[in-house]
Amino acid sequence: MPTIKIDGVEIEIENGTTLLQACEQSGAEVPRFCFHERLSIAGNCRMCLVEVKGTPKPQASCAMSVNDLRPGPNGELPEVFTRTPQVKKAREGVMEFLLINHPLDCPICDQGGECDLQDQAMAYGKSYNRFVENKRAIEDKYLGPLVKTEMTRCIQCTRCVRFTTEVGGVEELGATGRGEDMEITTYLDKAMTSELQGNVIDLCPVGALTSAPYEFKARPWELRKTDTIDAMDAVGSNIRVDARGSEVMRILPRTHEDVNEEWISDKTRFVWDGLKSQRLDRPYIRELGKLRAASWSEAFARIVQRVKAAKPERMGVILGDLVGAEEAFSWKQLATSLGIKSIDCRQDGTPLGEQGGRAGYLFNSSIAGIEEADAIMLIGTNPRLEAPVLNARIRKRILKGGCIIGVIGEKADLTYKYHYMGTGAESLATLAEHAPAKAQKPMFIIGQGALARSDGAAILALAAKAAAAIGVVKENWNGFNILHTASGRVGALDVCALPGEGGKSTRGILAAAKKGDLDVLFLGGADEINTNEFATTFVVYVGTHGDAGAHRADVILPAAAYTEKSVTYVNTEGRAQMTTRAAFPPGEAREDWAILRALSEALGVTQAWNSLEELRQAMYAIAPQLAALDQLFPADAAALSELGRGEGKTSSAAFISPVKDFYMTNPIARASRTMAECSAVKNASKLQAAE
Amino acid sequence: MSVRRLDPVQPESFAFSAENMAWAKKTIGNYPVGKQASAVIALLWRAQEQNAGWLSKPAMEYVGQMLDMAFIRVYEVATFYTMFQLSPVGRKAHIQVCGTTPCMLRGAEDLKKVCQRKIHHDPHHVSADGNFSWEEAECLGACVNAPMVQIWKDTYEDLTPESFEKLLDDLVAGRSVKPGPQNGRQLSAPEGGPTSLNDKSLYNGNRTFKRVEAPPPPPAPPAAAAPVAAPVAVAAAPAPKAPAKKVVAKKTAPAKTPAKKKR
Repeated sequence: MPTIKIDGVEIEIENGTTLLQACEQSGAEVPRFCFHERLSIAGNCRMCLVEVKGTPKPQASCAMSVNDLRPGPNGELPEVFTRTPQVKKAREGVMEFLLINHPLDCPICDQGGECDLQDQAMAYGKSYNRFVENKRAIEDKYLGPLVKTEMTRCIQCTRCVRFTTEVGGVEELGATGRGEDMEITTYLDKAMTSELQGNVIDLCPVGALTSAPYEFKARPWELRKTDTIDAMDAVGSNIRVDARGSEVMRILPRTHEDVNEEWISDKTRFVWDGLKSQRLDRPYIRELGKLRAASWSEAFARIVQRVKAAKPERMGVILGDLVGAEEAFSWKQLATSLGIKSIDCRQDGTPLGEQGGRAGYLFNSSIAGIEEADAIMLIGTNPRLEAPVLNARIRKRILKGGCIIGVIGEKADLTYKYHYMGTGAESLATLAEHAPAKAQKPMFIIGQGALARSDGAAILALAAKAAAAIGVVKENWNGFNILHTASGRVGALDVCALPGEGGKSTRGILAAAKKGDLDVLFLGGADEINTNEFATTFVVYVGTHGDAGAHRADVILPAAAYTEKSVTYVNTEGRAQMTTRAAFPPGEAREDWAILRALSEALGVTQAWNSLEELRQAMYAIAPQLAALDQLFPADAAALSELGRGEGKTSSAAFISPVKDFYMTNPIARASRTMAECSAVKNASKLQAAE
Repeated sequence: MSVRRLDPVQPESFAFSAENMAWAKKTIGNYPVGKQASAVIALLWRAQEQNAGWLSKPAMEYVGQMLDMAFIRVYEVATFYTMFQLSPVGRKAHIQVCGTTPCMLRGAEDLKKVCQRKIHHDPHHVSADGNFSWEEAECLGACVNAPMVQIWKDTYEDLTPESFEKLLDDLVAGRSVKPGPQNGRQLSAPEGGPTSLNDKSLYNGNRTFKRVEAPPPPPAPPAAAAPVAAPVAVAAAPAPKAPAKKVVAKKTAPAKTPAKKKR
């Protein structure tokens, strides 16, 4: 721990810290463009120059370690200055050089108002320019449908190149040419393929890379910023939703070291235009085979009529992927009070939640725990598509070295090299007879590709046996991890939105509907089921978008999307996080809990709460862990042995990830034009690769 | 220097000849396993030599595949170094005219005019007959013999527009040309013969040299000198600086130190 003096203040700094970080720790501000804590050090923008006592020239503080400093001739502490005339002059000089070729088009630049260069030019630059020659211009590049380029503005910090290479794991961006002709580009204008590419927009300190869907839409100072939680995957990324009026204009990441660091996937970032199209903004009822707009009371009356006529055994509830914990709890309560036992929150048919307690369906080691693991086994999952941010964490772990990784399932490009162990259950069975691993902290990551199938329970049992054989559960380490794909799944499992005694699970409900044994089916935003095969079932759809569920529905009740309500989402590791309303739901749409409360009253089984707060209190009584937001409670690992006792025959079918098209996994994404474009680009490039 | 892009017309494919392949494998073997990408410049250079002096897109991708590198990484290298030609070059010669200051002062502009007249108005364009192409290069390190051009691996120095034109004509005609100075001078020796050490008598053995002995070392200062000097220096200190210096300078060396410190 070297001690140094920064601007006359003594400070003790950890080994290996850069001078820039040391200055920040001591409270001194150091401007920078190329330096980023999570990327490698480039040292090419020179904006972070500071004066180091004993050196004749200013030093780039980002590229110098505190351990490089030497004491004075009589053993004085090394000294660094950030406020001397020399430093001021150096910064002014660097800024002047940067502005030689940077266009002064701030009024038409999307970055205006949140631009590092703009801010730093104000703070550290000169008020005039001595450069009278022409500025050089650079051709714009095509990087795909998400990232818009204006390359003349580029200051060649190479953050984007380092991000795609190091974090994204795809070597696509590069800097070609040299000197003033240096250009950032992909290889011959190919679209980027990373699922994390949107992050280069945040990383770009100038307006060279900006968001294409957000192009010329708004200025940062007119947006209302709301901190909330993402619902596109089960990672629970922390996001900030920027809205103007009732319109969501863009979504940005927030930093949460244990969840998403500071990255978010493209689906999270660019899905917002899906919040505006295909929306259900008023109730509908089906008459003579056609949906017509109706009032709430009409819609309720129709439901009451059908529910009263049906027996509880002939009714069912299926909850979708985006359902919040409060809603799942409310659905469960409503179903119970109506005597419905066939309720399931697992629309993909996964067997999770039935055995093994909470440990049986959580990502037990936690997401941050990936960085401690020394052996990782991916079973039936493609984390690159199912949870790109989590995949970046795995990649980070592997790059650090000392971690082996194997895959059972699809042989996909995961952005890192792995040992391929086989396609399906047979390979998993060999693991069950494996000797205990030498690794100290081995980890299984089991995806829905292995579980969401008819033999899922048998495979889960097999995986538990393999986990026991290899020893992924130890004292102080539980490496038995389930990777969910649905943001609402863990929360719904936490509040036990599962079939009651003798009730049917999703598969049973769907089979009954097909056979005509089901009179009424409630869909709580469930769209990823086959709705075409329902025979005479009366379908009530409570949801946000005109997707598969709404197309088959007999009554549609319009609900609020994840940015329009406050609900609790529990991510795959069991971390409860609460969303905040960023905008109001459109038209007559209401928050789900309020719809259910009103429906319960119409059905004569009035729920015991009058506000969301009261609902939450009731929910916390059965799932107290949800009350502690943003905290992890290690689940009881002993319950896992229960999983391993399960028997059953496994089929030899290969594990296939449930996410076939990353950009099309939920009704909001399917309604998004941007996501559709991304999907088309991806499929086109896939076709090209196949040729 | 200008923006460098791939040529719009590209060949179908590229593959190393058997001989170059053997060489490439050996070159890759020079680097530790996993660091094979270090061979990229060497391989690109060899590919350029095989491919009639320029680097095509298939050649770059071939090298990229061989070294397990992303194509963008190869592309970065190929566009960074101007020694890689990204568009076709002349069959007989690709002429790199040095245009950096010494050559420019000695007439490189005139050589460029010759190029523009005889080859093509713009650099990096092949002449109508396909024999030549030209470009302006940065300093090629033969400033003594300015102006000069480089053709393939040889340099032709001390050019005038006339001798340069003759050189081009000779190349077209297939006559042998001699690299180096084109005005008859020997390497970088002075033009028109030697200008120093040219006294004949230096070499006929008649001159005798007198040995010059080293001067004797100065006598050691007397042992008492230092104590005596110190009081003087101290005494002189309050006086104005200049006289103090004078006094010290006259004294022996050790006295200097206290006086200097005082200042």
